[in-house]
Amino acid sequence: MPHDHHDHLSPSGHPYRPDNDQPLTYWQQMEIAVREILIAKGITTAAEINAQIDAMDARNPAHGAAVVARAWTDPAFRDDLMADASAASAAMGFDIGPMKLIAVENTAEVHNVIVCTLCSCYPRNLLGLPPDWYKSRAYRSRTVKEPRKVLAEFGVTLPEDVTVRVHDSTADMRYIVIPARPADTDGWSADQLAGLVTRDSMIGTGLAKTPAALAGTETGG
Amino acid sequence: MPPVGKRHYMRVRADMPPGHVRTPAYLRGKTGWVERVLGPFPNPEQLAYGHQGENLSLMRVRFTMGDIWGAAAENPQDTLDAEIYSHWLEPAEPPHAT
Repeated sequence: MPHDHHDHLSPSGHPYRPDNDQPLTYWQQMEIAVREILIAKGITTAAEINAQIDAMDARNPAHGAAVVARAWTDPAFRDDLMADASAASAAMGFDIGPMKLIAVENTAEVHNVIVCTLCSCYPRNLLGLPPDWYKSRAYRSRTVKEPRKVLAEFGVTLPEDVTVRVHDSTADMRYIVIPARPADTDGWSADQLAGLVTRDSMIGTGLAKTPAALAGTETGG
Repeated sequence: MPPVGKRHYMRVRADMPPGHVRTPAYLRGKTGWVERVLGPFPNPEQLAYGHQGENLSLMRVRFTMGDIWGAAAENPQDTLDAEIYSHWLEPAEPPHAT
């Protein structure tokens, strides 16, 4: 039996994670077998696979934040983004591959939130890997039925006169929410504004940070 | 194309077939209106079994929460948009929310 540490804390104050020494699952074995066959037959190489993993890891919400900040500061880009988000993002240098992207915009009247009830469709090319909760059964099943309650649990409480618009990403489209631009940001550059755009605000479970909240973060408060 | 400003209502088929289906069960039998047409995409229900996918029109259909959940809706005027392939849709009259 592996020695575990249920009663002990690591020097960082967190519990030790259990040793990850269970046998490979069926699907883990399948992945290794397919990968090794593809390499053995010369269809791909280990270097190409590593390069793909690196490319996936390099994707992060900063890409989406740059798109949002540009939409806030460049009305022509905002119109292009709303008309065809795939093309507008690609024109900014974010290669989104064959993915079809739809941008939905929060206004004083409408708040958008994204979910995928059938699996966990997510715009990885712009936002990186999805948070674990996005893939949870609770988030997927509750967001379509009681979105206001779910949003309140994320700290977003909306007045009754704001329409909540849930987008169930069930098929070939991926979605990005363009959060409302925070007040008191007149004259800010797109780079500065991008610092206010959080991952959750682009899913719709959060709002963009206010300048005051950003200042609080920077002073460690 | 429907006249501008007029809602084009569609009902999602209520079938519950076995196999790979990309139409959420909670929307089957519900009526909404076409928010936008997304163009042709290969039928994922055929692709899932290794067949050539027939190109189908994919539509974004907007439902009110009242029409989906009835009295259980948090706020009946809130809406939900979902992508539904055309073979799952049939023309419908506007739903009369109860």
